[in-house]
Amino acid sequence: MTKIEEIAKGVLAGDRRSIARAITITENNIAEAQKVISLIYSHIGKTHIIGLTGPSGSGKSTLIEKIVRDYRRRGKTVGVVAVDPTSPFTGGAFLGDRIRMQELSTDEGVFIRSMATRNYLGGIAKATKDAVKILDAAGKDIVIVETVGAGQSEVEIIKVAQTVVVIHAPGLGDEIQAIKAGLMEIADIFVVNKADRENADKAVIDIQAILQLNNKEKPWKTPILKTVALTGEGVPQLIEKLEEHRQFLKKEIEHKKSLLRAEAELIEAIKEKAVTSIIEELRKEGKFEELLHQILEKEIDPASAAEKLLRGKFKKAVSNA
Amino acid sequence: MQSTRKIRVLIAKPGLDSHDRGAKVVARALRDAGMEVIYTGLRQTPEQIVETALQEDVDVIGLSILSGAHKALFPRIMELLKQKGLTDVMVFAGGIIPEEDIPELKKLGIKGIFGPGTPTETIIQFMLENVPKRT
Repeated sequence: MTKIEEIAKGVLAGDRRSIARAITITENNIAEAQKVISLIYSHIGKTHIIGLTGPSGSGKSTLIEKIVRDYRRRGKTVGVVAVDPTSPFTGGAFLGDRIRMQELSTDEGVFIRSMATRNYLGGIAKATKDAVKILDAAGKDIVIVETVGAGQSEVEIIKVAQTVVVIHAPGLGDEIQAIKAGLMEIADIFVVNKADRENADKAVIDIQAILQLNNKEKPWKTPILKTVALTGEGVPQLIEKLEEHRQFLKKEIEHKKSLLRAEAELIEAIKEKAVTSIIEELRKEGKFEELLHQILEKEIDPASAAEKLLRGKFKKAVSNA
Repeated sequence: MQSTRKIRVLIAKPGLDSHDRGAKVVARALRDAGMEVIYTGLRQTPEQIVETALQEDVDVIGLSILSGAHKALFPRIMELLKQKGLTDVMVFAGGIIPEEDIPELKKLGIKGIFGPGTPTETIIQFMLENVPKRT
């Protein structure tokens, strides 16, 4: 077994060391990363991938800590990928998201990984998608991705997460300016954190005004929730909404599958009807019997006979069209 | 094969003292030297530190301590690292550590010990020279 195969095997068994090594590989070595992902690929797709994004200081890390605790109480295992920016000048990074998640580090049902953007744009790192796949394959029920402090253009998270939570807090400056374009549009759930502050309700109203326009034609109406991440207030309600969105996605996928099934059935039915009516018509015209005899006498083979019968029909169909 | 390995460092503060100025200065210096520095905050237990090192797959752990509890906490950390198979992680320490304790700590496997006033360049140089090569 090669080193990579061993690591992939460890990931599938949920071994923490292997998970950590696999994520390092996806950050450092493109060729090896592809190999790891190909080895685990058939095991992914069971997890609920949640993206958490919003401006710096809105309380993302603190809220994630509370979300993880809530999921743990519900018996779910959780993976977290927390992304922080790389300095464009030195290439170094200070990864401090764990400060708010200290006590989670010894919980065996939780795996947290800090990741530097390494100058990848869009609010996540290039390796973030692969890290999510690794945690998924390792059997985590929930995987949460925390983006860098994001403003308007850091919307890459929608390519990774199934459910995007956009978090904002009152008093971070002009409420709506910071979030009006990109971030507003990618939110599946909107959270106004630090809701115990005095202008929280105003923030909610402002956001509501914009969301109402956005929500009009969408099958999923983005809700706004209030939380106080420090105390955990509002977090159970957030978990309920996350679950609701997951069910919604499942239904959408089911709906798409049902459409495909209906299409297959319809095509099958058309085939049957078409064949029956064509054969009936051919029999009426008498050529059918004639060709049957020719086949028996080996004057013509069945495929050529069928072609001969249908040629006229198709021409008719083509000329009619 | 294309490889863009970066040195990943965990800066950790075991024990109960709450002065992390030194730890933060070192963290900042290492970041500016192009490393990825994970900082986890104050009052970490040995178990938290080692588990974080494992999940973050770091090359180096820097321990900062000013409480005087290094003789109790460092052996525990080194023991846990061994237990979890993290024997290829380099450990260095800083803070208030009396001269006479240094040989004992080095025997535990702690590679470098830096007292107050050490220029950050010295620490960076030390790290670049001693960071374990991975296969």
